[in-house]
Amino acid sequence: MAKKNNRRRFIKNGVLASLAVTSGVKVVYGANLPEDLDIIGLDGNDAVYPGKSDLMTVLNDRPINMEAPAHLLNDALTPSEYFFVRNNGLPPTDVNIDQWTLTIEGESAQSKKTYTIKELKAKFETVNYNLTLECGGNGRSEFNPPAKGNQWSTGAVGCAKWTGVRLKDVLADVGVKSHAVYIGYYGADTHLSGAADKEPISRGVPIKKAMEAESLIAWSMNDKDLPVLNGYPLRLVIGGYPASCSGKWLERIVIRNQVHDGQKMTGSSYRVPCKPVAPGAKVEEKDMCIIEDMPVKSLITAPKTGATIRKSQRLPISGKAWTSAQSIVKVEYSIDFGMTWQSCKIGGSDNRYAWQKFDASIVFPEEGYYEVWARATDNEGRTQPVILPGWNPKGYLNNACHRIAVRIIA
Amino acid sequence: MINLENKNGGLRQHWLFIVFGFVPLFLLCTGSCNNTPANNKSEKILSEAELEEQRLAKVQENWDLIEDGLHIRTGLKDDEHLQLVIGACTSCHSAKLITQNRATREGWKQMFLWMYETQGLPDLGIHEPKILDYLAEHYAPEEEGRRKNLDMAAVEWYMLEVE
Repeated sequence: MAKKNNRRRFIKNGVLASLAVTSGVKVVYGANLPEDLDIIGLDGNDAVYPGKSDLMTVLNDRPINMEAPAHLLNDALTPSEYFFVRNNGLPPTDVNIDQWTLTIEGESAQSKKTYTIKELKAKFETVNYNLTLECGGNGRSEFNPPAKGNQWSTGAVGCAKWTGVRLKDVLADVGVKSHAVYIGYYGADTHLSGAADKEPISRGVPIKKAMEAESLIAWSMNDKDLPVLNGYPLRLVIGGYPASCSGKWLERIVIRNQVHDGQKMTGSSYRVPCKPVAPGAKVEEKDMCIIEDMPVKSLITAPKTGATIRKSQRLPISGKAWTSAQSIVKVEYSIDFGMTWQSCKIGGSDNRYAWQKFDASIVFPEEGYYEVWARATDNEGRTQPVILPGWNPKGYLNNACHRIAVRIIA
Repeated sequence: MINLENKNGGLRQHWLFIVFGFVPLFLLCTGSCNNTPANNKSEKILSEAELEEQRLAKVQENWDLIEDGLHIRTGLKDDEHLQLVIGACTSCHSAKLITQNRATREGWKQMFLWMYETQGLPDLGIHEPKILDYLAEHYAPEEEGRRKNLDMAAVEWYMLEVE
């Protein structure tokens, strides 16, 4: 993987150096390049990823999917350049933020209304929340038998400050009929096949989830416009559910009188067996249930795996823990492969669905190879397994404890 | 879609020219501009960059170069069905979606069914069994238990500065 990253840096640096020569202007970041500019690479598909760091691990370039190595997620709020990208189609180009509109309609809507972003800002209370978004398939690469799809390691997660209006305020303005069951979103991204009549993805959430105070229609991430690859200019942000529920390049919301049946709501997408199954089992589609709450999870974000220290030194560790429940109440670490666990100091959070920091300072008994494992527990008493959680055909919801390698020398 | 491809194709040609036109300049730059801290690795990075430059140049010279059993442009494994696979799969998605996945023949078949039903993949007809053979042979699952060891080969050991 490191090799790929280096290759990408090489290509990008080469191009930027070239641009500096041809245009006479120093181009510092790829983000300044035109969004639709493709630059050829080894397989003809390598692109410059606007607003994203070279240090990200690219899993797929059509559609773009990239994740952050754990040590890049050490900031209190994830900088946009380190925020993962899980695209299903191709992002829209030529976005005009002033002319962008959001339409709300559907069987269970009392009216049909369309808002510009300016109107959303003027008409509804602007709110800020720190919300964690995690891809439902984060950790998929560890499942065995393997599941198809992007082979996410641990980095399809981030926590940012999101600014927008509450989804429930906008829904109330349109009017929600009593038989409403679900909301579904439609975005301006286009299907990979180029078919104009195909949606790349159109998911949603139960109406009860849509009505939570933290469910947002957001136009800003970390006090800036949304990154191009993360939904610019408008998106849903719904904490605690798979991030695929938080539709990007948001153009339309439908209030449904049934469970939304858009792309990747049906079949086996974002679903797990309703009842536990043995690894490798065949599961009928009728026996697959939609994922709602994401499990409790944590990551050691400092130091980067591979740290070597001397026996006389203490190892400071730091990380993030998150849950779809109310809060994280405990984070522990183990340096003896799970035989004993010690408590970390945990920080608070400004609101529900924000991740919480944890820290510890570790003394090692002797020289040698160690792994530091971390596990979080939430207020509902749920914690993380040290092996893989229940196997499922599509490889969702892996919240096995994170591990880093550490070496102690004389 | 076809128009879009043509447009990108045109751009790619253009940028390819620029990239290769200035490769020597870039190499100069890595030598003189890259004096950032933590640079005891620079030699390794440079050599990988050089390696990549060589590989890019090779692809430029031979679009379908095979080396050590790998198709250098896509990273796909070489065999008699390689071009069939490139044609059938990579017009819609990146070859990375193949090379990062592992499945049995039946597992790959299920992915085909999903692409037929939901993603607009045209019927592959007589080619389908050949492509399935290719995928099942080269991208088969490995037995790895309930949780693998950390990948020691991937760990880059470093001295951590602590107080």
